[in-house]
Amino acid sequence: MTQEMITIVDFCNHYQTEITFIRSLQDSGLIEFVQKDNEQYICFDEMPRIEKFIRLHYDLNINMEGLETIDHLLKKIESLQNKILQLHHSE
Amino acid sequence: MDFVDYYSTLGVLKNASQDEIKKAYRKLARKYHPDVNPNDKEAHLKFQQINEANEVLSDSEKRKKYDQYGENWKHADQFEKAKAQQGSGGFGNAQGFGGSGYEGYTYSSGEDEGFSDFFESLFGRSTSKRHGRSTAYRGQDFNAELKLSLKDIFNTHKQELTVNGKNIRITIPAGVANGQKIKLSGYGAAGVNGGPNGDLYITFNIPNDSSYIRKGDDLYQNEELDLYTALLGGDKIVDTLNGKIKLNINPTTQNEAKIRLKGKGFPIYKEDGKFGDLYITWKIKLPTQLSEKEKELVKQLSELSKNN
Repeated sequence: MTQEMITIVDFCNHYQTEITFIRSLQDSGLIEFVQKDNEQYICFDEMPRIEKFIRLHYDLNINMEGLETIDHLLKKIESLQNKILQLHHSE
Repeated sequence: MDFVDYYSTLGVLKNASQDEIKKAYRKLARKYHPDVNPNDKEAHLKFQQINEANEVLSDSEKRKKYDQYGENWKHADQFEKAKAQQGSGGFGNAQGFGGSGYEGYTYSSGEDEGFSDFFESLFGRSTSKRHGRSTAYRGQDFNAELKLSLKDIFNTHKQELTVNGKNIRITIPAGVANGQKIKLSGYGAAGVNGGPNGDLYITFNIPNDSSYIRKGDDLYQNEELDLYTALLGGDKIVDTLNGKIKLNINPTTQNEAKIRLKGKGFPIYKEDGKFGDLYITWKIKLPTQLSEKEKELVKQLSELSKNN
């Protein structure tokens, strides 16, 4: 079974997104590419995260610094929500 | 079904300009967008409400109709009909107005994203032409590889595969080629914003067997032949992918001699009953041990051969 990946070019065509935006996401460490045979790919698992960044950037006009901050805070929220769930379960 | 005050939803006055509406909407959308409020149903609902308010107030015709009927929205249809009968025009079709200037934000959670009953009663089912990123996209295509042996594909057969948790039963036609790709429409990733599913591509990996080599539709195989049958001729039973066959060996068959059996090769892809050819190369096997009597006889044979 082949690994589920898509080339960056195909991804950008599919989502009608600029390649520079996707590269900026990678440069700022928000997403990771997979290098294979001189081609860069995006893992299928990474796509929901990228879709979220696309919506935040294009729909809400949030710049790269804003995306980094939001990503950081969302991770914090997620971790706190998990802790709350654990506490509920341990009651 | 209650009247919805779109102005208060966006927190603007009734005489607010388009710029003020846009500004108020953007501010609230940033606050309540589901991407920044994970697992918050209240924020999600609020986001839908402000989206709906913006859909109406940012569209001049919708806003005009909303302002005109306001809390009397229940009678809007009757007013419209009366106007139409008087030949005074009205607001166009009953399905609401084409969104001429709507700029909306999109989010799809897979849950019901519809507008309120109030909205649909006044404007019909949402037919807005959103200018955001709500375009329906086809889902991603998946690629998979399926390893099969030559024996597996000698006959058409069905095989069950599990792809992303889904069981798929496919028919593999006899004679598929190594590296050949088939497409299963709709078995790829789910579409985006209601777009169609992607496709699943299966590539067949069919390595050559140790006993048989396939070149196109022809098969090649090596068979051992004992010295005496090679010299004197006779019959030999040979195992092929299509079962056992009896071959007649000519006297004095040489080592590496090749015979061609027409129509005994590999099935031709999607051509029922048609086959390639089978080529058999004889590998003559010499005895590894000789009894005294055999040695004597071979010597005699050798002498005889010299004298000839």
